Amino acid sequence: MSQIENQEHSSEYAPVPIPHSEVRRSDVSPKQAKYQQRLISLLFGLSMLCAVIFVVAYVQIPIDETVSIPFLGTWSKMNTILGLSFGLGSFFIGAGVIQWAKQLMSHREMVQDRHPLRSPDDAREDAIAQFQQGAQESTFATQPILRRSLIGAMALFPIPLVMLLRDLGPLPGDKLFNTMWRPGMRVVMDVTSAPIRPSDIPIGGIVSAMPDGLPEVQEHDGNLNERAKSVVLLVRLNPDDIVSQQNPEGEASWDYEGVLCFSKICPHVGCPIALYEQRTHHLLCPCHQSTFDLADSGRVVFGPAARDLPQLPITVDKDGYIIARNGFAEPVGPSFWERA
Amino acid sequence: MKSLATQRRKPVAALVLVVLVLSLIGALYAAVGSATKVQAVDAPNSAEQIALGEKLFVQSCSSCHGIGGVGTDEAPSLVGAGEASADFQLSTGRMPLTAEQAQAQERTPVFSDEEIMAISKYVGSLGAGPSNPTASQLEYENADLALGGELFRTNCSQCHNFAGEGGALSNGKYAPNIRNASPLQIWQAMITGPENMPVFSDQTMSDSDKQAIIKFVNHLDNEPSFGGWDGGSLGPVSEGLTVFLLVIGLLIGAAVWIGAKVR
Amino acid sequence: MSNAIGNFASGLDDRLTIASWSRRNIRKVFPEHWSFMFGEMALYAFITVLLSGIYLTLFFKPSMTEVLYDGSYVPLKGVHMSEAYASTLDISFDVRGGLLLRQIHHWAALLFVAAMSVHLVRVFVTGAFRKPREINWMIGLGLLMMGFLAGFSGYSLPDDLLSGTGLRIAEGIMLSIPVIGTYLSFFLFDGEFPGDEFISRLYGIHILLIPGVILALITAHLLIVWYQKHTQYPGKGKTNDNVVGYPVMPIYAAKAGGFFFVVFGVIVAIAGVITINPIWGYGPYMPDQITAGSQPDWYMGWLEGALRIMPNWETVAWGHTISWNVFIPAAVLMGIVFTLLGAYPWLERWATPGDQTKDHNLLDRPRNAPTRTALATGSLTFYFLMLIAGGNDIIASQLDMSINAITWVVRIGIFVIPPFVFWITRRICLSLQRKDRDLLLHGVETGTMMRLPHGEFEEVHAPLSEEAKAVILSKETIEPIPYPEKTDANGVKTPHYHLKKMQAAVSHWLYRDAVPLPSAAELEAAEHHILESAEKGAPVMHQMRQLEAEGGVMHDPSAAEADRAAGVTVPHLDAEFDQKAEDEKGQQAD
Repeated sequence: MSQIENQEHSSEYAPVPIPHSEVRRSDVSPKQAKYQQRLISLLFGLSMLCAVIFVVAYVQIPIDETVSIPFLGTWSKMNTILGLSFGLGSFFIGAGVIQWAKQLMSHREMVQDRHPLRSPDDAREDAIAQFQQGAQESTFATQPILRRSLIGAMALFPIPLVMLLRDLGPLPGDKLFNTMWRPGMRVVMDVTSAPIRPSDIPIGGIVSAMPDGLPEVQEHDGNLNERAKSVVLLVRLNPDDIVSQQNPEGEASWDYEGVLCFSKICPHVGCPIALYEQRTHHLLCPCHQSTFDLADSGRVVFGPAARDLPQLPITVDKDGYIIARNGFAEPVGPSFWERA
Repeated sequence: MKSLATQRRKPVAALVLVVLVLSLIGALYAAVGSATKVQAVDAPNSAEQIALGEKLFVQSCSSCHGIGGVGTDEAPSLVGAGEASADFQLSTGRMPLTAEQAQAQERTPVFSDEEIMAISKYVGSLGAGPSNPTASQLEYENADLALGGELFRTNCSQCHNFAGEGGALSNGKYAPNIRNASPLQIWQAMITGPENMPVFSDQTMSDSDKQAIIKFVNHLDNEPSFGGWDGGSLGPVSEGLTVFLLVIGLLIGAAVWIGAKVR
Repeated sequence: MSNAIGNFASGLDDRLTIASWSRRNIRKVFPEHWSFMFGEMALYAFITVLLSGIYLTLFFKPSMTEVLYDGSYVPLKGVHMSEAYASTLDISFDVRGGLLLRQIHHWAALLFVAAMSVHLVRVFVTGAFRKPREINWMIGLGLLMMGFLAGFSGYSLPDDLLSGTGLRIAEGIMLSIPVIGTYLSFFLFDGEFPGDEFISRLYGIHILLIPGVILALITAHLLIVWYQKHTQYPGKGKTNDNVVGYPVMPIYAAKAGGFFFVVFGVIVAIAGVITINPIWGYGPYMPDQITAGSQPDWYMGWLEGALRIMPNWETVAWGHTISWNVFIPAAVLMGIVFTLLGAYPWLERWATPGDQTKDHNLLDRPRNAPTRTALATGSLTFYFLMLIAGGNDIIASQLDMSINAITWVVRIGIFVIPPFVFWITRRICLSLQRKDRDLLLHGVETGTMMRLPHGEFEEVHAPLSEEAKAVILSKETIEPIPYPEKTDANGVKTPHYHLKKMQAAVSHWLYRDAVPLPSAAELEAAEHHILESAEKGAPVMHQMRQLEAEGGVMHDPSAAEADRAAGVTVPHLDAEFDQKAEDEKGQQAD
């Protein structure tokens, strides 16, 4: 077992062992070889044990049982034991095989010649000659009309492949320019759909809101497209703190007694933007940290966003609930090519 | 606990905190319930209490907030700040402020529970403002957990992270970790808007909504980390670090072992 | 060999000529080094991804149809969500071992891209991409890009809050592409974002198209490695025309095969004890919800960082908007980086004199290609700065720093720090070359001083080992391509003068300042000199070795006496001896 009797086979293709002086202990000591043999078979045995543990755990452990690991938390018992038994079972096989190769297989460095990758000159010449023969027989060069018309046909051939992609989706139309906000539409609370009175929002307060009827639109469309562009934030500032708003000159300001309504969709790449710092009136986007000053027309004060956060003009209806005075004056969300 | 409070912003804090929090799950179950009852006792709004509060206020608060809490150049007026606000600031140790920072840090409270109650009552008496919830308002056990999750993800997770671990705001400000906040503190924070946190008024966030959110936060605190160690619940950043430092590290070790000469 | 196997093999050879192939390949030699294992690591991670992915397809429902969740995870009971997210919850909580499979899949995917990236750096800094391996370098870049796509598409499938946020950003990036962006986005999402088709479309791409391309590229990559034979590090007996290592059968097969089980085992065990992507915590995707610290997986982190640090430039002209602030960092940057990576082997070849026909099978030591190594460290610095910017919110909240400050430091840092790292790396490489030259000329400093009979102190120098010498001498000293003359002696203009001038400039940039190896004559003289020193120091060295064997402390006065008699002095030992003698005297006097 300890000494591997090498009957050296040599041929044109067999690698040549490099003479070396380093001898492994397992090569000269039968005791060491025996030890390695035991160690490696132990590793394989452990792997088998792991497989058994895996099966038992899979059958026996309830899927919702947890196990408390000191300092590291409470984990799913099944996940932990399945992972460890399967993982270690695999690891032991690998460790055993590698140890076998290192300790007991003949471990001699060998040398082999590389051969140039380039073909010999005569092979190249022959290949070229054969190609030319083929080219000549194809009449590709002597039939210009056929050649050109074939190229033309090949150029048009992919058109159906592209055309077939057309119905992947509708044309953009003006969808990116509009939201469902209309004059007189109530601004209601997100999640609960309750209407809001200005007095409900204290100074420093914030409300995640949406147009009244959004859930019905979602239901009807079967998607979340409208939610992805029409959600808004209501904040209330001390009217004295408001520096400017987005209303055109001459028009009444777009707030209602210090309550301001802004789009919740970041004009950078569209993340919902809602990290509101009530003391600084800054709104921060958690994705790329664009920061907008809500007291100053939603102006960009930091970060990669290029445009101010669109403001929605609001007022109250006869019942005292907040309504949109108009839709957004500009497209909400990320910039796009067609946007002016 | 003091050292924990001062170390809480250190890089290892996430790990330490999670470990602490998760290993104390059982204790917290009990602690949360009892703390609720102790703190939310509706003591009579006695004149004595307010008088004591005024005395303490003059000693410890008026240098910045002014006599009578009318505010100075250094600190805002507390007229109308309300009892809940004062209670939150004092019981989380944010006030009295020790140093000018981006925002007040959470610390061990300086005052005793009685003193805090007295000062809070006094501040509450300065003008109408948010008051502390009653014990029954804080009973959240029957609230809707799933609704709490939805409200949390709509209103809270943008700053406090999906697992309540907290996150960064602009210019060094931050939203704190709220996993170990008490129901009373969560309630107070929502109605008073401490620091830069916006206010969620009773009208826009009903009692039952608040209770649902408290239930969800409490659940976050107690939920097992099913898949194993959670890396601080920081998302893909800690996962990427784990791949490079742990997985590739282990495998390089294996590769070196494979190539190592045997004697 | 038993008869049955023999008959089988013989039958196979009758039909497929396997013997002729096998005799050349069965004992093919592969060089061994730990740094050669990164490619295998990536391969095995990919196999793990494939295996776990197959199981996941059996349970995952790629549909955006809205359902009411009614599974085992209590906090989401009764919440509206897509079927994709609901089935991912089912895999996590109702399928036994499902959570493990998800975590294996995700960890293996992260490792796949990570191992490829480290492999790329290893190949670059050792010059393994040079002729004849440029094609495989390009295939490798293709694999890396496919790895990004595979990872990102997988990250987006569960339709949790994080994956939906990632898709929203992807849509924003698509919209920023001039002219076609809006159409591209509308076609991919079947209208506006998020639509109700995208997950099922992405699913086909994720489980069929991308893995198919990756498998094809991996096959080509491995066949080429096999055919061209692996490169090797320089060393004794290793030349450009041979391979020194271990035969595939049995050593390399056993080690590489065993390594698969190690990689697989480590991934699975990690998946058992460390959470990855806890989708139940993020909640279902809603376009108006978000969590603090929204991040992509690490391999997208550098692009995320670029998006974060980009100044807010946007052009509005003639009724159209170009979002430079999104288009440049998210689309143009990636194009530039991969174009530069793909072009580099050809560029270096163009600027290296006499490199048009030569094969490079012996790897460069990084120090021997200072400009290339410096390019690598400079680029890595750039990359890491962007990664830092990509995690600026996490860094800010964990280290109590300001997001704005980090952003500004990186904004300025990406222009300042990489060139500095480039410069300093180049200086370090050149210094190491100088050290190598010194080693050849003066041998190894043993750290042992000896005093010569006439009182001079001298350090004993030992000759370099054959292996070390072979490694150092492997360096090729390359003279940069000379600058062309504008006109030749006859006043005829040099053709392509400007191109040639540029070629020479690049060549100088790559190869100037190299420290030449000593000439043959210098080497011979040095060898003589070193041997002389070693011979002179031999008794001292012998003494030192003996001392080391005895525990490193002089405690045998007779040895020193014997040395004195032999005319060898060891200063500190002598002093110790004298001290001891005096102590003894003192004791006697007492």
